[in-house]
This record gives sequence, C-alpha cells and structure tokens, in this order.
Amino acid sequence: MSHLRVDLRQRAEELVALYPRPRSAMLALLHLIQEQDGYVSPEGIDEVAELTGTTPADVRGTASFYDMFHLEPVGRYVVGVCTNIACLFAGGEELLAHASRRLDCAVGSTTDDGLFTLEETECLADCGHAPCVTVNHRYVRTTTPEAFDAMIEEVRQGRRDHEIPDHGTLVRVRRNGGLRVPDEVIVAERAAAKAARARRLEGAG
Amino acid sequence: MAVLDAPRIVTSRLALEDSHTLARYLATGGYEALRKALSMHPEQVAAEVDQASLLGRGGAGFPAGRKWSMLRPSEVAYLVVNGDESEPATFKDHLLVERDPHQLVEGVIIAAYALQVNRAFIYLRGEFALGLERVQAALNEAYDHGALGRDIFGSGFSLDVVVHPGAGAYICGEETALLEGLEGKRGFPRIKPPFFPAVQGLYGEPTVVNNVETMSNLPWILLHGGAAFAALGAGRSTGTRLFALAGRVNRPGVYEVEMVKNTFRDLIYDPALGGGVPGDRPVKAFIPGGVSAPWFGPDQLDLPLGQDEVAGQGSMLGSGSVVVFDDRSCAVRAAWRITKFFSRESCGQCTPCREGSGWIERAMYRLEHGGGRVEDLDLLLDLCDNIAPGLTWPPQQTTICVLGSSIPSSVHAAIEMFKDEFLAHVEKQGCPFD
Repeated sequence: MSHLRVDLRQRAEELVALYPRPRSAMLALLHLIQEQDGYVSPEGIDEVAELTGTTPADVRGTASFYDMFHLEPVGRYVVGVCTNIACLFAGGEELLAHASRRLDCAVGSTTDDGLFTLEETECLADCGHAPCVTVNHRYVRTTTPEAFDAMIEEVRQGRRDHEIPDHGTLVRVRRNGGLRVPDEVIVAERAAAKAARARRLEGAG
Repeated sequence: MAVLDAPRIVTSRLALEDSHTLARYLATGGYEALRKALSMHPEQVAAEVDQASLLGRGGAGFPAGRKWSMLRPSEVAYLVVNGDESEPATFKDHLLVERDPHQLVEGVIIAAYALQVNRAFIYLRGEFALGLERVQAALNEAYDHGALGRDIFGSGFSLDVVVHPGAGAYICGEETALLEGLEGKRGFPRIKPPFFPAVQGLYGEPTVVNNVETMSNLPWILLHGGAAFAALGAGRSTGTRLFALAGRVNRPGVYEVEMVKNTFRDLIYDPALGGGVPGDRPVKAFIPGGVSAPWFGPDQLDLPLGQDEVAGQGSMLGSGSVVVFDDRSCAVRAAWRITKFFSRESCGQCTPCREGSGWIERAMYRLEHGGGRVEDLDLLLDLCDNIAPGLTWPPQQTTICVLGSSIPSSVHAAIEMFKDEFLAHVEKQGCPFD
C-alpha cells in the first residue's frame, strides 16, 4: 500500500523513469513527499527508499543535507527572509526581526496556530528586490515592514493561495511524457556519427 | 561614460512580457541557430565556440571550448547544466531561466549536438520554483516543436533533456557536488583527481558541466559566428557578460555589458546601469565577483570589467556579482555575515573549512556585537592562514573544494582595508555604525 496518493505515486514513478539510475530521482521524490505531507515524513521516507532502491536511513541521511527538506512538521506557509550580504545592506536583519514580532514566533520556529514557520535564509538570488522574502519558495517581493504585514494578512486569509501553493516546489512542474530516445537509438546514432566523423577525417587527411 | 553599444546577446528578450513562451521565441529568431548547427558537422559547431573563446560564466572562467575538447571518448557521455546559482548576491541565471528558458534550452541542444551527447540534465536550485516550471514548460514545447526527442528537425540527432531540482545547498554549485546531488546523494564535493568531470563525471562517465549563462550564449554565437563574439571585449575576455549589481546603488539589477570596455565605475554610476549610490554617498569598497572574492577599494573603481584585469589586481570577476558598500556600510558586519554563510554552507568533509569557518564566524560575531578583543585580529588572520596558507591570491587550497579557500577572502580583505574599524568595534564593544 502506497503512502503517496495515487496521482503522486504515478508522478513519482514517472520521475524515477527519467534517470539512468533510480537513486537520481531522490531529491525530486523528497519534494513530492513534502508536497503531500508538508514535510519529509517517516512514511514518505520509507516510500522513497522503496522507489530508489535504497534504505530509509540512506534517504534520511540524504534529506538532512538539504535545507529545503524539513524532517519535522512545519507550518502551512514557510516564510523565508534573507539576511545575506545584499539583503543585509537593504535592511534584511531589521525585516527579519519585524517578521518575528509580527508573527509572534522566534526565527526557526512555527506559530502556535501552525500556519507560519519563519526562517532566516541564505541568498535566494533575487537581490534586485532586497531584502528578499519568500513564502513556500515563491518570491513575494515585500521589502518593507508595511508590505510584509499586508502580505501576511492576505496569506492568512487564503487570498494568495493561487500564487503560493503548499510545500511543493514541483507542484506545477509537469513533463509531457517520459524519455523519447531509447538506449538502442543512442547506441546506433553514436556508431553512425563516429563512422561519419572517421570518413570526414579520412577525406580531409 | 559607459560604452553600451554592444549587441544584447543573452538579454534581448527579457523585457518582453511573454519572453518565456515558444511563440515569442520563434517570433524573435528562436531555434534558427539550432537549425544552422544541425546543418554543420559537430566538430564545426565546437570550432565556432572555440573561436568565440567563450569563458565559462559560472565563476571559474574556464574556456568552454577547451572544456568540451577534454570530453573523454566513451560509449556513454552526459551534458549537465549548472543552474544552482547560490553565490550570495548573484542573480543573473535566475533571470535567464525564468525569462528566457528557450534560449537556455536551445543552447543545451546545440552543445549536446557539438558534443554528440544524447542525454542532458538541467540542474536548477530547488528555490527556483518558477524557474523549474518555466524550464519544464519550455522543454515540453521544444519536444512538441521537434527541437527535442528523436531525430531533431530531421537531422538524425536525438536528445532527451531532464530538468532536475536541487533542494537548498550552496555547495551543489561546485560541479562535483552537483553531480552527487544529481546521483541522489548528499552534496559532498568529490576528491580530486580526477579534476575534470569531462574525464569522470555523472555515474563515473565523461560529463561536461556548463553554467546557464554559458549555454545561453550559444544560440547567438552560432547565428553570428564565433569571430563576431570574439570581436567583442578584449584579450581573453570576449563577448558580453551579465553583471548582477547589488548593495548600495540606486538601481540594483542585472546588466549585460561588453567585457573590458567598461569599468566598475561605469557599472555603478552610469544612469543606464547602477545609477550611483543613494544620497551620493562615497563608495567605501566593493566586492568585484561574488563573496568568495577579495574586496576592492575606491582606488580600483576604474578597473575594466575583464577577467584578467581583475585577477591581476588580486581578486576575481567570479560569478559576475558586484556588491557596493557606501561609507555607512559596516565592513565588520559584512565580513561577519559572509563568514556566517560559509560556516552554514560548509559540507563538513574537511577540517579547515568545517572548523575554521565556525571559529572565524564566532570571533567576527563578538567583534560586531560586543566582546571583541584586540588580539582577535591576529587570531582571525591566523585562522585564515590555516585555511589558505600564506593568504595569497589565488589562494592555496587545504580542502577538497574551493569553498574552504574562499572563506578567508572577505575577513582578510576587511582587516587589511579597515583595521581602524575593527579597533573601533573593540573600543566601543559593539558596532559604531549602530
């Protein structure tokens, strides 16, 4: 019995098929687990181990390396405020402190109602709009405390859900079909190209 | 005044509302370069890129043509695009993947054809949620258009491209760590030698790893010729380059400018570029190429934006990120924050990097926040020397990858340039800028 929903299980199997080795799908699969469970759950870890031909310990060990994977439950909305160099010069530390007061939640923790988790992030590569703020990894571009407060209120009321989906980096990423080039075609093409190149070199020589 | 008459090679479509769609891409000459490439022999395509002498746009600046020529002959080989853009204040690839994904995809197909590789992966940092959507949508459109899949445009060449999501790890921008991530493992950089993935890369097979911007230059190079590209810029720095300008400037943003023809002063002050410093305050220092690079002072503002020109002055153009400090920016706080970043992002394999970054971060923290001592300056330099012996540039390496040797850059530069500021922090027992 699959822990992943039927549709997500199908997407998971499609992802595994895109790689020469199943383990390569590890990070993508962990994103799918977070999309369903909101974090990397123990049941999800078991399923990723099965899909990738590894062990749950191996999956957990891999997931723990990457900042985006939460091994414990987090809020419905993960709010990230960057304080790295470009944001530091634009008031990132002050905005993070404001966010902590506004949400009544320490940096790195979750609000009592389970709605928000606040994180201090490293550079998110949007420095033209510093300080950079993201919600569930969507850039919201609220650079002032006032804009931040207005955004939080909208998110709380669910008015931003169309642009800020639940924890799924891949929630709207859909490939229209699997690999199109079978291995035997690759082998044949490479052999033909190699022969053509040899003929050209011979002709040139 | 800045010289801004060079063609826009990678940013020509970015201002268009629908720049990410196939319709707009085709209407603006898209996939014509690929058709041209497919009408040539693969080695002729590689020769054009070699003639362009396109330097890799990721950070190390290795010539793309030379990297390609090192691909070890093998039955199986891969092309991997590095879109893990995570160097602080670098945000150029972000723009390219979101606003012109087809240009990237076309570049990937051209490169794959030149290399005769039939499987390619585009590794994007997981935080690029919209970028992942846009690149996947572009790939879907390219398949439907016949530009991907079997027998591309009837050429007899076939290619599959897969977009791969990262998950939040700066170190995965290091190419061997990126390959580990692509193999579904922790992002630990691999021990060298072998130095080049072109010899031993993904699954141990020969693999070319190129940056997003490098790939995005290829359609223009094919359409206009390597010679036209090489005619732009000067010396080894050919073509144009994206500069991500941030910090204390009026117009932070990504600007495409011709290499060498402009200076840091042009970039920061030209009204069409950075537009100067807010309140016309003086530039106190700037970082010329990402936080791994040693800092420059106002004396170096007139240095041309070229790889060798910057290297000759003891720093690097690196990732193309320029961060400007004005006279109210605290050098101690900046260096502390950069070290905190390295400490957090160190993968932990090598002792000098894992332990050294933490020690330096803690010493810098107490200087900035109260508790600093005069002896801390010597302590900091000693710690830096333990990570990169001799504190030379380019640095000596004691670690598996260059993250370690990048740690001392900012702290060393800050102490050399702003020793008085450190002493003022000790005297005040806190930050004099607060």
